Amino acid sequence: MRSGHHRVRGRRRLGVALGAALIASPLLGACGSDSGGVTVNVYYAAEENFDKVVAQCDKAAGGRYRVMLNGLPREADGQREQMVRRLAAGDTDMDVLGLDVTWVAEFAEAGWIAEWTGQDKAEVENGTLAGPLETARWKDKLYAAPKNTNVQLLWYRDDLVPEPPETWGEMLSTAERLRSEGKPSTVLMTGAQYEGLVVQFATLVAGAGGKILSADSTRAVVDDGAVKALGALKDLATSPVASASLSNAKEDDVRLAFESGSAAFQLNWPFVYAAMRKANPELAKRFKWAPYPSIEPGNTGTATIGGYNLAVSEYSTHKPEAFEVAKCLRDAASQKYSAINSGVPPTIESVYDDPEMAERYPMRDTILAQLKKAAVRPITPAYQNVSTLISTILSPPSAIDPPATAARLRAELQDALDSKGVLP
Amino acid sequence: MSHTVQQTRPARPDKGKRAVSEGKKAERKLGLLLCAPAALVMLAVTGYPIVYSIWLSLQRYDLRFPDQQKFIGIDNYVTVLTNSYWWTAFGVTTLITVISVAIELVLGMGLALVMHRTLVMRGLVRTVALIPYGIVTVVAAFSWRYAWTQDTGYLARLFAPEAALLTERVPALAIIVLAEVWKTVPFMALLLMAGLALVPDDLLKAASMDGASAWQRFTKVIIPVMKPAILVALLFRTLDAFRVFDNIFVLTNGAQQTGSVSMQTYNNLIKGLNLGIGSTMSVLIFLAVAVIAFLFIKVFGTSAPGGDGGKR
Repeated sequence: MRSGHHRVRGRRRLGVALGAALIASPLLGACGSDSGGVTVNVYYAAEENFDKVVAQCDKAAGGRYRVMLNGLPREADGQREQMVRRLAAGDTDMDVLGLDVTWVAEFAEAGWIAEWTGQDKAEVENGTLAGPLETARWKDKLYAAPKNTNVQLLWYRDDLVPEPPETWGEMLSTAERLRSEGKPSTVLMTGAQYEGLVVQFATLVAGAGGKILSADSTRAVVDDGAVKALGALKDLATSPVASASLSNAKEDDVRLAFESGSAAFQLNWPFVYAAMRKANPELAKRFKWAPYPSIEPGNTGTATIGGYNLAVSEYSTHKPEAFEVAKCLRDAASQKYSAINSGVPPTIESVYDDPEMAERYPMRDTILAQLKKAAVRPITPAYQNVSTLISTILSPPSAIDPPATAARLRAELQDALDSKGVLP
Repeated sequence: MSHTVQQTRPARPDKGKRAVSEGKKAERKLGLLLCAPAALVMLAVTGYPIVYSIWLSLQRYDLRFPDQQKFIGIDNYVTVLTNSYWWTAFGVTTLITVISVAIELVLGMGLALVMHRTLVMRGLVRTVALIPYGIVTVVAAFSWRYAWTQDTGYLARLFAPEAALLTERVPALAIIVLAEVWKTVPFMALLLMAGLALVPDDLLKAASMDGASAWQRFTKVIIPVMKPAILVALLFRTLDAFRVFDNIFVLTNGAQQTGSVSMQTYNNLIKGLNLGIGSTMSVLIFLAVAVIAFLFIKVFGTSAPGGDGGKR
């Protein structure tokens, strides 16, 4: 190093300059955004028109602080990974976080999100539906504010099926009858190895009056109801009315297959309604919805709920502002706007009664009724592991052997709850 | 790793000499001083993480249950080594490693011979052959994924219009191997070409004078002379292939039991936030890689490039 030829030194100086530029540029970028006082950073998944809701709340702040929307990856796993990595490192740049309903327990138990207390808590609890509110709680404390919910319905064609079935068995026998008559008869469901399959399974378990985990989420129960649910999944998967690509279908594949007109039923989220009106206006006239069919006759419409909750990062340096922003992003006006413009079902009951909702959301009464007896997916900090294991063990659904699969679920889920499990 | 093992060798003859002159001593001291910064940096960036992950692997340490962190000895190793998912991934990784390295060796040798023997446009031929190796793996993997996607991919339409190949286990593994092979054959060829350059032309001429056919010249002359280069190429590629991650991550994301041990480690660490189990897995991968390197060096007698084992 001591032998400093001029040429070498010149090159080194260039290298140093380049290195310095590389190190400095992200810093410059970071400084630029909060030069004008407090900025509340909202991290949220891609949702159509959500930027307008954020802009509205930015305006509502009246210049006391700015609200900035930061996009998260489209895939749920990507969203969670980015937030988890940054929170585990104590990142102070994240203020308001958009969490899938199944992540709240995990983030709360890890100490990454702040508890809602006092006036803020009361405001969130006031008028919010019980099911979605349940997903925002962990150990009897409130850790998030439900922004939107979601629930799967049974979608069918009333030219084929005049009266929607109430039970799983009825649905299959109706489809089989249609098939023998040579009419479109396929039953479409999200059966790929991913969260969509877990949702279907959890819904079926709830509809059979069963349980996957114990109430305090420390034990894997997988009771008789769960065994019945496994049987129901297998019945569909091995039936001639199942689609050939069942073990591969995600919600969009299901939607597209139904839009093509070959199916009689689909079990899917409400986004399919608006999509159908756009893609196939003719079929849309015959496109009807009903509560999710259950295994036990009395439980029709018991379905697990999805959706997003807003939480405030424990590492946020502007917590009071962050709580305010979170409240604004999910208040009745914002929820109505999102429901009408982005198609996401509200969590505040009164929004459903709004006259503007009727046109865009004709299935709102069914959704609301179903939300009132909604089941919640297992609430546990280890949900990611629980979900990964369930979708792995249930795939492909045609290979399910109810008692044996239930035993395997029980053993592997228990290990996951004890942090002893290995993720596949 | 092989570097460090080998580079100590040339120093040995010096040690044997009793009387070391003053000049030699000073030179050696200067040498040590010059190496010290690099050695310290290496220790800081590799030694610390290795020791830390071993320490993590001995604990129950799940970021989601921060209160339950405790030292549990080798429990994590028992958990992982008795788990069927781990062994499935281990089997898949071994399978991908063996098959892809074997194919790469054959194709790489062919490509090396072509590049070595080319008379016209040698530079162009060699550059073109290296393009796959120059493309970022993730980018290449994405183009493979789109090519094999049902309905839209050109390869899928050409070979299997009815099937979703990436969602079936055996075809998906075959596609992963294909992507790996396509990507690293040029690297293999490059290493082998260096070995080909070592084969003296005179030796080949003498062999053909003695009536050896082209095949005999290849198997009896070229391969024995090239053996050290072949072993080095195999060692590098085996170590690389065993840690395969990016191709699988993009192509199947480990679905249908196509995940490698590195994928599984990532899933447990980053998705599962289980630092204990995840670190255990990375230590196990480290050990597996160490065993592979040890086998190559001690059993097959591979020597690192540059350190000819003092045979000169």
